[in-house]
Amino acid sequence: MTRLISQGSVVADRWTLLRDATTLADLPDGAPAIVPLALWLRHRAALIARGEVGVLLGPADEPGAIAPDLGWIPVIAVDFPQFTDGRGYSEARLLRERHGYVGELRAVGDVARDQLCLLGQVGFDSFALPGERDLGAALAGLADFSDGYQSAYRRTPWYRRRTAAAAPAGAVPPPCA
Amino acid sequence: MYRYDAFDHRLVAERVAQFRDQTRRYLAGELSDDEFRPLRLQNGLYVQKHAPMLRVAIPYGLLSSLHLRVLAHIGRAYDRGYGHVTTRQNLQFNWPALERVPDILAELAAVGMHAIQTSGNCIRNVTSDHFAGVAGDEVVDPRPYCELVRQWSTLHPEFAFLPRKFKIAITGATSDRAAILVHDIGLQAVRGDDGAIGFRVAVGGGLGRTPIVGHVIREFLPRDEILNYLDAILRVYNLHGRRDNKYKARIKILVKERAPAAFAAEVEAEWRQLAGGPATVPDDEFARLEAHFTAPPYEALPADDAGYRAARADNRAFDRWASRNVHPHKVPGYAVVTVSLKRTGVAPGDITSAQMDAVAALADRHSFGELRVSHEQNLILADVRQRDLQALWESLRALGFATPTVGLLTDVVCCPGGDFCSLANAKSIPIAEAIQRRFDDLDYLHDVGELDVNISGCMNACGHHHVGHIGILGVDKNGSEWYQVTIGGTQGHGAAIGKVIGPSFAAADMPDVVARLVETYVARRHDDERFVDTVHRLGIEPFREAVYDPAHQPR
Repeated sequence: MTRLISQGSVVADRWTLLRDATTLADLPDGAPAIVPLALWLRHRAALIARGEVGVLLGPADEPGAIAPDLGWIPVIAVDFPQFTDGRGYSEARLLRERHGYVGELRAVGDVARDQLCLLGQVGFDSFALPGERDLGAALAGLADFSDGYQSAYRRTPWYRRRTAAAAPAGAVPPPCA
Repeated sequence: MYRYDAFDHRLVAERVAQFRDQTRRYLAGELSDDEFRPLRLQNGLYVQKHAPMLRVAIPYGLLSSLHLRVLAHIGRAYDRGYGHVTTRQNLQFNWPALERVPDILAELAAVGMHAIQTSGNCIRNVTSDHFAGVAGDEVVDPRPYCELVRQWSTLHPEFAFLPRKFKIAITGATSDRAAILVHDIGLQAVRGDDGAIGFRVAVGGGLGRTPIVGHVIREFLPRDEILNYLDAILRVYNLHGRRDNKYKARIKILVKERAPAAFAAEVEAEWRQLAGGPATVPDDEFARLEAHFTAPPYEALPADDAGYRAARADNRAFDRWASRNVHPHKVPGYAVVTVSLKRTGVAPGDITSAQMDAVAALADRHSFGELRVSHEQNLILADVRQRDLQALWESLRALGFATPTVGLLTDVVCCPGGDFCSLANAKSIPIAEAIQRRFDDLDYLHDVGELDVNISGCMNACGHHHVGHIGILGVDKNGSEWYQVTIGGTQGHGAAIGKVIGPSFAAADMPDVVARLVETYVARRHDDERFVDTVHRLGIEPFREAVYDPAHQPR
């Protein structure tokens, strides 16, 4: 089974990513599967009934399209065709902060350790790193930065925490999930 | 000026450590060229014709004498003893060794400097008015807002991989000395009817291949909403800006394709979702930032220093320098001084390490230990007593920094061009030098008056040629270097893009071409009319004729 980084550690991946699935017949029997947004939108009710189905969002997909279904979706994968295509960062913040998604948010595609900390800050909590031989070493990328100035997922901007932090024992929440 | 606290220092130190590890992995072959490129660019590191080039940020142009001394040290220890002031308030080193760049960054970090986001498809160094805080026409001091935006943009997790580079300029004065209308976002700090501070927001300006003057999408944005609004603009751009063609990827193309009103409506809709949210800036943060930019301990002085006036009357050379390189200051008895980096024979903007140390000492002696770099590639000493001007002038003359031509046609703004840059189609520094050599008569230069000459070695327009009164663009024709000329460009609130006068010229013809343009102006100008005003009044035709008519054919 493939391994990936999830919630800050290296784990076995129980999900199969079906990038090219176009019909329900493409899904393996009972096994957890992530399907493209188009398939989800077409067979929404059947897939919710089946369970163990996640959704893959491409860089041009609109996160609002699955807003009503977020309570039913255990994992959303956001695709990075090239790591220099940064649309997925905005999609993540919209899913987390605008639509209130609390399930697993996974970065897939051209993702490497040098993006992990940024991805973590916008709300990703799992990362498939296909090109990475040493996932354990890549984990360190999550901690490249201990904090940040801006408002981000589950992080109040530093300028609103500064005064509180000046007091003793002011706890700073970790920004990189 | 802004002083880093422990939080700022920690983030920059972490960036150095991250880049050190990325460089190590690249040198060990664990990262390919393609993988390393965006990572190094986000830290200002290019690989150029002869060597890597490291671009260090001078955020909104402000630096201390200590900063300048550290830059001098880096020039000596890691480069060939000089640096180059750019047109975007950065300082570039042209010859560092790649494997030593992490050490350079560590030395910068120790004094609160960095090269973060000075290149790459991300939010670049924030630029501003080089007279911020001392100009008489200032409505709001832009520096606290510049620092706020610097912090917001630094390592912003959502906007590290934009479709293309993104430049923000901020001003707070009536006249725009930061060219805000040719930036991706131009912010003008203003006061509302009740005195409250806010911003006039322009979007979608830019030079490069498609020069466009920015569109104002909001007349007044309350200051506490500024970061929500910037997040909204950047989010719309990040999600919808074109990624299929790098020449159409800047926000100006999105604004144009959507139409400014429709783009503004999208931004406003996104902003309404964010307004009042966690990124809203509280008053105590503004107060904290403002406290970093308080006035230095000025002396109470007469508005007009008698000794200074007498010295100008006595000494023609000093008077000439004072008329061009000294600018009014809002505090009586003080003046703002431009340290000219435009001496003939030296590439515009170049400064040696020894000169940096010497100017740092002058800043300590005459200007409370602070300096600015201007986007016109000069240095500024912002707080000089009028009575010290003559002594300062003599010190600057000894350094070769008193060329009395600020704002005149030999104060050429010029990119590094084909001598250094891999992107260039043509050399630009030799053209600047040829023009400076041709126009070496100071009386004539002063009579011709204000005339911005801007030279870029390629379409990327680092020399801002589109907004030069005379703009010169290097083009490649069948492998040889040619120069296209535009006239009538201007910066500021009336920003305009220059018009091409006709077919391009060989390098050797350029001084004559400029001479014909200037002669035409001198013959046709009205009283007190600048070159660019005459061009706007008459149109380009008489100038075109003078340059191309066989009767006037240069040599």
